[in-house]
Amino acid sequence: MSVFIGMPGDFPANSAKAVQNSQLRFNLRKATHTIRGKRATVVGELPDWAELRAAGKAIKDHTLRHLDRYLVQLEEAVQRAGGQVHWARDAAEANRIVTDLVRQTGETEVVKVKSMATQEIGLNEHLAEHGITAYETDLAELIVQLGDDFPSHILVPAIHRNRSEIREIFLAKMGDAPADLTDEPAALAEAARLHLRERFLRSKVAISGANFMIAETGTCVVLESEGNGRMCLTLPETLISVVGIEKLLPTWRDLEVFLQLLPRSSTGERMNPYTSTWTGSTEGQTFHLVLLDNGRTNVLADEVGRQALRCIRCSACLNVCPVYERAGGHAYGSVYPGPIGAILTPQLRGLGSDLDASLPYASTLCGACFEVCPVAIDIPEVLVDLRAKVAHPRAERAGMRVAGWVLAKEVRLAKAQRLASRFRKLVPKRLPGPLSAWTDTRDLPDIPKESFREWWARNERA
Amino acid sequence: MRVALFITCVNDTLFPDTGKAVVSLLRRLGCDVDFPQAQTCCGQMHVNTGYRAEGVRLARHFAEVFDGYDAVVAPSGSCAAMVREQYPRLGVQAPPVHDLSEFLVDVLEVEDVGAYFPHRVTYHPTCHSLRGLHLGDRPTRLLRHVRGLELVPLEGADECCGFGGTFAIKNPAISAAMCSDKVRNVLDTGAEVLCAADNSCLMHIGGTLRRQKTGVRVMHLAEILDAR
Ligand code: SF4
Repeated sequence: MSVFIGMPGDFPANSAKAVQNSQLRFNLRKATHTIRGKRATVVGELPDWAELRAAGKAIKDHTLRHLDRYLVQLEEAVQRAGGQVHWARDAAEANRIVTDLVRQTGETEVVKVKSMATQEIGLNEHLAEHGITAYETDLAELIVQLGDDFPSHILVPAIHRNRSEIREIFLAKMGDAPADLTDEPAALAEAARLHLRERFLRSKVAISGANFMIAETGTCVVLESEGNGRMCLTLPETLISVVGIEKLLPTWRDLEVFLQLLPRSSTGERMNPYTSTWTGSTEGQTFHLVLLDNGRTNVLADEVGRQALRCIRCSACLNVCPVYERAGGHAYGSVYPGPIGAILTPQLRGLGSDLDASLPYASTLCGACFEVCPVAIDIPEVLVDLRAKVAHPRAERAGMRVAGWVLAKEVRLAKAQRLASRFRKLVPKRLPGPLSAWTDTRDLPDIPKESFREWWARNERA
Repeated sequence: MRVALFITCVNDTLFPDTGKAVVSLLRRLGCDVDFPQAQTCCGQMHVNTGYRAEGVRLARHFAEVFDGYDAVVAPSGSCAAMVREQYPRLGVQAPPVHDLSEFLVDVLEVEDVGAYFPHRVTYHPTCHSLRGLHLGDRPTRLLRHVRGLELVPLEGADECCGFGGTFAIKNPAISAAMCSDKVRNVLDTGAEVLCAADNSCLMHIGGTLRRQKTGVRVMHLAEILDAR
């Protein structure tokens, strides 16, 4: 499995392939609509959802504004509790730190709790290069890992797979899968459970991420729904947590808001099934916290774009996004797909590649993502802002410049309208160049004999 | 009341009938309607595609043209949303722009405009009307008062049709996929007419309906409200 960064192509090309895949379309539609409905129901139950959302936004904004102070506070608190803190500027540094820590234990196998941060830096691949095998323990991550695949959703990484595909992956790749495995969800889960239990009991090193970190106490918090994470967090002798610096909250009290916002937005549950917290090193366990920047301070410096750092990775925006629903997560070429991926990835990585430059356009600006986001990230606002920073194709630039020139003065617009109506019969049914994208699937409207402004002038004069 | 019409560049050029319907409707309801002829475009296409400098120039021109009016009425949810939401961010003073249905229901306080349109109609709320302007049920309240009109619900009404301005050209595959789902839902209603308050979305959905030879017509809300 290679690192996701630098995937060839761009979003339009990737997604054009995806829309042809009817199985993918079906799987995505079914999964996103189900969870979308569940979210709407449980959010609708809370009369103070709007206030909660505003509180979540305010807490995150406050933390980000004083991030320097809170990070130092966190570091001190973790150290006081016997943990060790490491600072990683970028992916390479984080990978090196983690790999060295694992090597010091003498182990060659680690278990992992589902973590976006470690995927972002390509940790599993880096460990593999150094002879260390990382085993994912989240069921969906396990499916993705066994299938030699990439995750396509933040919360449901195997959303693009249905259960018969999962059964096939298990039979082919999971050594201890029963030969008579059916595609019943319970049977699949049981097979994975037995497979993983063995792993948990054997492993001496675990790697996790965290959903939140509490500056005041130095506590890390993981929310998960299967309990596998808890096994990883408690059983091994060494625990290494890789966490993005934006995951900070000032105090324990702040957590209350997010323990309501996150499960309702992500899984559509009222409360999260397994919430684990740990502070520093506990009895019999050594704890390392790797604080990851990897572009985050650059994002923080951007006045409009910085709101993306409020994200709590609930994936509600993915589940309502009509573009994600049809393109699937892989088209975004990043561990962060969907609307949040479209604004976060190009900010973290820069707008240099074709793919990253196309991501801000992977949206119709319909606003559904902003509406559901539990921390009120105005994704359309950031998209539009990023579009202004992208290098535009030359033909488009020329076209937009001409359009801008015509629209700058009403006489020019009127002239263009008269020209269009004079030649209205000559407009071809299929347009050339990039405009053919319009006439491939749609008929053009007829150009009227007379524009509104001509009609008005004629009538008002009469 | 002296009302300035912002007809929008798309309506002006491609859908003049919508503009005529707005004029006739507002005059019938007693408004003194003016069409400031210096108007061109709100700048939405430029701003949303990432051409901010051009967009700001058009926005400034817009603000100048509509300076001093009690109300500006636009038969386009997305252009109204552009002015209201994005102008402040661009540092341009936004004139008091209302979407047509907003103006009728909130300012003139009418829901029955005396229209007669004996057809089966389904309504697509369009994203910017729905989530930008929060029009809510204003348009359907107006439609419900139209005599002879049978309003049928549209499945997945609040989902985007896939137009998104230049999105339709930049991401044609996704845009077409979204539109064909929308069209399927429209056909499922059995309606003869698909109505919306934004001709851009209707151009996209209508163009697909026509290409597929479905026989379903698209009509702007103003044209239905002006029918007698
Ligand atoms: S942007 Fe908002 S909705 Fe999307 S994953 Fe982040 S917190 Fe959730």
